[in-house]
Amino acid sequence: MAEVKSPILSLRQIKKSYGPLQILHGIDLDIHEGEVVALLGENGAGKSTVSNIICGTIRPSSGSMTWRGAEYAPANPREAIDSGLGLIHQELRLLPHLTIAENVFVGRWPKSRGQIDRKAMERKAQEQLERLGLDLPANRKVEGLSTANQQLVEIAKALTLNARLLILDEPTAALGDAETELLFKQIDRLRADGVGIIYISHRLEEIRRIADRIVVMRDGAKVQEFDKGDVPVRTIVESMVGRELGRMFPHFPPVGDDVTFEVKDLTSALDAFHDVSFKVHKGEVFGIAGLVGAGRTELVRAITGADPISAGSIYLDGKDVTPRSPGQSIRNGIVLVPEDRKLQGLVLEHSISENIGYANMKAVAPKKWVSKKAIDSFAAANIHRFGVKGQGHQNADEMSGGNQQKVVLAKWLATDPKVVVLDEPTRGIDVGARSSIYDIIVELSAKGICVIVVSSDLEEVLGVSNRILVMAEGRQAGILDRANANDVSVMELATS
Amino acid sequence: MISVARGRTSSPSVSSLFSLGGATGPLIGLLLLCAFLSFATDSFFTARNLLNVLDQITVLGIMAVGMTFVILIGGIDLSVGSILALSMMVMGYLSNELGMALPLAIVIALFASAAAGAVTGLLITEFSVPAFISTLAMMSVARGLANMITDGQQIVGFPGWFNLLAIIRHGGFLTVTVGLMLIVFAAGWIFLRNTTGGRCLYAIGGNQEVARLAGINVRLSTILVYITSAVLSGLAGIVLAARLDSVQPSSGVSYELDTIAAVVIGGASLSGGTGGIAGTVIGVLVIGVLRNGLNLLGVSPFTQQVVIGVVIALAVAAEVLKKKKG
Repeated sequence: MAEVKSPILSLRQIKKSYGPLQILHGIDLDIHEGEVVALLGENGAGKSTVSNIICGTIRPSSGSMTWRGAEYAPANPREAIDSGLGLIHQELRLLPHLTIAENVFVGRWPKSRGQIDRKAMERKAQEQLERLGLDLPANRKVEGLSTANQQLVEIAKALTLNARLLILDEPTAALGDAETELLFKQIDRLRADGVGIIYISHRLEEIRRIADRIVVMRDGAKVQEFDKGDVPVRTIVESMVGRELGRMFPHFPPVGDDVTFEVKDLTSALDAFHDVSFKVHKGEVFGIAGLVGAGRTELVRAITGADPISAGSIYLDGKDVTPRSPGQSIRNGIVLVPEDRKLQGLVLEHSISENIGYANMKAVAPKKWVSKKAIDSFAAANIHRFGVKGQGHQNADEMSGGNQQKVVLAKWLATDPKVVVLDEPTRGIDVGARSSIYDIIVELSAKGICVIVVSSDLEEVLGVSNRILVMAEGRQAGILDRANANDVSVMELATS
Repeated sequence: MISVARGRTSSPSVSSLFSLGGATGPLIGLLLLCAFLSFATDSFFTARNLLNVLDQITVLGIMAVGMTFVILIGGIDLSVGSILALSMMVMGYLSNELGMALPLAIVIALFASAAAGAVTGLLITEFSVPAFISTLAMMSVARGLANMITDGQQIVGFPGWFNLLAIIRHGGFLTVTVGLMLIVFAAGWIFLRNTTGGRCLYAIGGNQEVARLAGINVRLSTILVYITSAVLSGLAGIVLAARLDSVQPSSGVSYELDTIAAVVIGGASLSGGTGGIAGTVIGVLVIGVLRNGLNLLGVSPFTQQVVIGVVIALAVAAEVLKKKKG
């Protein structure tokens, strides 16, 4: 770029806080016409917050934005769209039973004499499809289109709104190589047309190919900017991570050599992962790391019978315990503390006592005969044991996130399992509750229980685990010992 | 933090004292309704009439227990009225056309009902047909089968003792059919409160995924719930046959609506997870007393339909308002 153009969109000192929690620390960002800017960062680095602020979904706490030379502060997504911005979401938002043309013009159908002018609508949609080089009839239903083509339909929709800036949030997350190629071709075309593009992804290789500039974010701040050119992957990874470790993590006891738990050639029936094998020793804390969509959650759900498996087996103390249902897994002493406590862990409108009781019917009522008293005293004992701040008769939705998480732990740990799988055990909870959850993990490990921890928080996985299994796109990318595991080595495997 | 939590919920509410599980509103409504009718009519508050009310609600009451289980797990059962008719016709055909002993015919009729419930349950769990649709289908199939048995004709003339089950008041007040309803109430109440199976229904209705991950066999429970609802509908059919001393395939049309209404008036939420037998009993009584009272007041059946519709709407709206404020 020889001539110096003024940017179409500028962000200056954009900050965002929720209460005392600041999640964006003064972001500066410029995007020029016909430029592809990649936003790169770990999960939770603040990439989505930035794109949501640009698109008017979230309003910044302070800072200013300029859009094509004028002050810009969208109050809602509608205003952002009207100004010429288009956000292509990670999950597609098309209506499958309508045609491509109807999807492109939904809510603003071209009309003539009070009726929808289908011909004009289909003609205009067809023009956009041709502009994107898409060989599809506009009157085709969206249902059955490939993910890449659906993504392009979304882009066509944004273009009919005269979008001058597109934000693509993880556009290739669900795409194969050929489809990614197709998408990149279209991105090149749009770039030549002078459309600015913000490209959010954590696939380093493709970012290095498509981006004119790479902006790395970490913990809500912009840490570095790279111009296009041969920036080594290692340099980028180091700027993405690079934090001090081991701050709040307790000391973990060493583990023996005896294998208690083994997963052998496990393959998902939902095609989420394949051929995963690992062994966990008695009292070991085994971490599972990887990026969003790498298949971590699906793996642990399959281990505990929540999702179906198509091949492979699971052994506990040498016995085959491959589960067919969560109930069977729990009876074998293998429990999953699920990722989403509100949707999978708790019945929010029911009391804590009842919630704890649901997973422990056998212990509460060995003869299938329950009294309210039995549930209450069983729950009270475990509320005390796991340090839940609250009382049994309170409803789960009256509690803070940290306390809810402790209730969820109490629910599954009350019956003294042999293997405990924790999926994102500290997501969305404060520091105090976090460290008490780490203490519980140490306590479990000291008792000789195998603990498997899945976490998107790299620092956490590194801090608590003896060994770490790194997943990448459904594959087992490698297992790292504590001695060899650091943020760079994990990230290198996760993006491989 | 603990003290804050205590302040919010420490004093046990009236509903938990009497363990009505959110049915205090309907109970107050029922008492007001009874008070009003006692003043408005001479005959309402007499032993004889109140016993009549009990007789009149037996069929509805028995079916409503099964419907409570179904609604608790977040389902719906539209087939109860048709299964009631099917059960009646199976019993009548076996005993009067084939000459089978009546008690045996009753048992087989209940098994036929259970089979119908198993089919709907399997449709829901194994083929993922929504409960509304699968029970709608069963509603049509069971009604058709009931009609096919006698080509739409009624059957009359059962042994004398059968009709007397609904007439003789043992100890001066309790007919066998009313006694049966009370037993079903008590069994349902104990099942939901004091057995693991019952508590599991609350978990399933609260959140199916939470229940499944907690190790509860959601599929099996769901199938058993629909079987139970069908068997209780079949039992209600036998009771109705005893009361009428005849069976006809057109019996029980639109009973599903009364049954659902009774459960909902009793404070159960159609989205599942809340409700109970105590509430359902009150709901059944509200509908029974209302029907009886409106008859005593000489209100036409058409107007009665309007009044009952209004009461259902008011009861549910009041509950929702209470929750919002809560």
